[in-house]
Amino acid sequence: MNDIAGSRPEISPTVRLEMYSAMVRARVFEKRTYDLFMSGLVKGTTHLGTGQEAVAAGFSTAMRVDDMVFCTYRGHNHTLLRGAPMDSLMGELLGRESGCCGGKGGSMHLTDVEQHAMGSYAIVGAHLPVAAGTAWASQERGTGQVTVCFFGDGTTNIGAFHESLNMAAVWGLPVVYVCENNLYMEYTPISSVTAVPNPAADRAASYGLDRIIVDGNDADAVYRTALAALGRARAGDGPSLIEAQTYRHHGHSRADPGKYRPDEEVAAWMNKDPLVIYRDRLEGLGFAASDLDRIEEEARVEIDAATEAAKASPEPGEAVLMTDLWADGGSSWRR
Amino acid sequence: MATLTYREAVARGIAQEMARDERVLLIGEDVADAGGVFKTTQGLREEFGPRRVRDTPISEEAITGMVMGAAMNGLRPIGEIMFSDFLATCWDIVVNQIAKTRYMTGGQVELPLVLRSANGGGARFGGQHSQSIENWAMAIPGLKVVAPSTPVDVVGLMAAAIRDPDPVVFLEHKALFATKGEVPDGELVGVLGKATTVRQGSDATIVALAAMVPKAVEAAEILGREGINAEVIDPRTLVPLDVTSIATSVAKTGRLFTVEENPRLCGWGAEVSSIVAEECFWDLDGPIVRITTPHIPLPAADAIEDLAIPSVNRIVESVRTSMQ
Repeated sequence: MNDIAGSRPEISPTVRLEMYSAMVRARVFEKRTYDLFMSGLVKGTTHLGTGQEAVAAGFSTAMRVDDMVFCTYRGHNHTLLRGAPMDSLMGELLGRESGCCGGKGGSMHLTDVEQHAMGSYAIVGAHLPVAAGTAWASQERGTGQVTVCFFGDGTTNIGAFHESLNMAAVWGLPVVYVCENNLYMEYTPISSVTAVPNPAADRAASYGLDRIIVDGNDADAVYRTALAALGRARAGDGPSLIEAQTYRHHGHSRADPGKYRPDEEVAAWMNKDPLVIYRDRLEGLGFAASDLDRIEEEARVEIDAATEAAKASPEPGEAVLMTDLWADGGSSWRR
Repeated sequence: MATLTYREAVARGIAQEMARDERVLLIGEDVADAGGVFKTTQGLREEFGPRRVRDTPISEEAITGMVMGAAMNGLRPIGEIMFSDFLATCWDIVVNQIAKTRYMTGGQVELPLVLRSANGGGARFGGQHSQSIENWAMAIPGLKVVAPSTPVDVVGLMAAAIRDPDPVVFLEHKALFATKGEVPDGELVGVLGKATTVRQGSDATIVALAAMVPKAVEAAEILGREGINAEVIDPRTLVPLDVTSIATSVAKTGRLFTVEENPRLCGWGAEVSSIVAEECFWDLDGPIVRITTPHIPLPAADAIEDLAIPSVNRIVESVRTSMQ
């Protein structure tokens, strides 16, 4: 494990509580998503980020308000923690008018541009060059924004990974690529289909980048790594490629019970639950248990309210079916 | 007024817009220092500098993806894909990302971008550097598709494409690069979705695109000497499609012929034919006839490539036979 440049800046109590709150909010959101799926209210498919919350929490807390985030179909955590309101995300999952995309996106395409959550991308690897593009625009316009792009371990074997990392390095783009290595590309162990043990970190040298691995279940470690990479990008020193090692508590998608994972492996990672680790650490550091309980209670209240709001929202109707293909608001292809 | 080649018109159109709007940038393989492999971007790096006109590696997914991302973040980028055949290597980005993102996000994401590419056959390049892919692009909701046939339209439609708030696939025809035309001085801005009647006629409507336009006009001249007075319409853009101009012409002539360089199945003319059959049926005095490249890859040898792509003679014969 290696924080960039070995720096270990102190983390303030406020930031620590913010990160704990972020992880708890992400956890309750995914738990509710699972429950609503099982009761038939969330349709299609969902890819839960349960177990991977520390990556999203560490980065979102370290980012500047106008930094941009790109994520994958396993993107609920990242979109929520970038600032998208919980009720608009739940509305989208339930296919309601109140959804962040008005029901046109669904679980795999959660987007909230106002919060700089630039989209969840469902074709593996496709968003890596797009993230290089927003970073290129930030560089040209001198906005000081950094783009953070999350992806899974499977993405490292996609051609767009190579094209994007090379371009980002050659042009010195302000982008941070974060591989959430949860050990499985869908149902297959990443190690069985990849030529190197660390699918992202071991390839960093190909682009002249540092080899960076972080414990993705340790929010503090992620936060420190994020601060260093964001600072480097903002200073004009170019991109970073970070491999965050983590584990999903569920299968790949709602249809997958994850039976291909050895019981001992699952048990070992469940013992490294990022929320449990962090709560224990905070209590050890002297944070009052009552403050942490309050954070958990607030998240439960928030998810209940978001669920009720989403259920109360009407379903989108014919009026919106043909809107928003073009900038004029319509979808006409003829004159 | 100046006489420009089609290839010079590409650079003129881009330069006009880059001078007007500093958010316009151009990236692609060999576009900057080399001025483009077809010399369509010659002089732009010198005029606008190496940051606004920039060479990329051979990375089509990166080019298209970065153009998309830049458009999401305040630029109005142009990406060049050297040959339109290469769009197949980044079709995911074009089709699944660029075309769909506005709709899928409920209108949150605006993508004012242009993807330019050299399209079409006749250069003896063989099956992977000669395709006419306008029908691929036309089939995807969310892409506008432009394919001009003259230098003046290249300038005007390039400006319109760059100023358009939606993604535009701009297809420059390789067989037309050396052709010349008069281009007025000063700013030119065309309109997407507006066809032009290249030749007036009363007996038959021939709809032709890009390199097929001059062939259709030549065919019409021959047919005219035989007493068949054909009207030639160049739609210029396939999306939006100027249905009104085509329907008005068919109402006048009673006959429709399409001349398409794309392979037969699901070519753009199939859509035009379907619209006319549905909406102008009672105006028709005879069957709709499509003149297309057969449903094969284009061969390299000149003798057989020329047999594959619709020729002036094939247009004349098809119209003459059908009008007898």
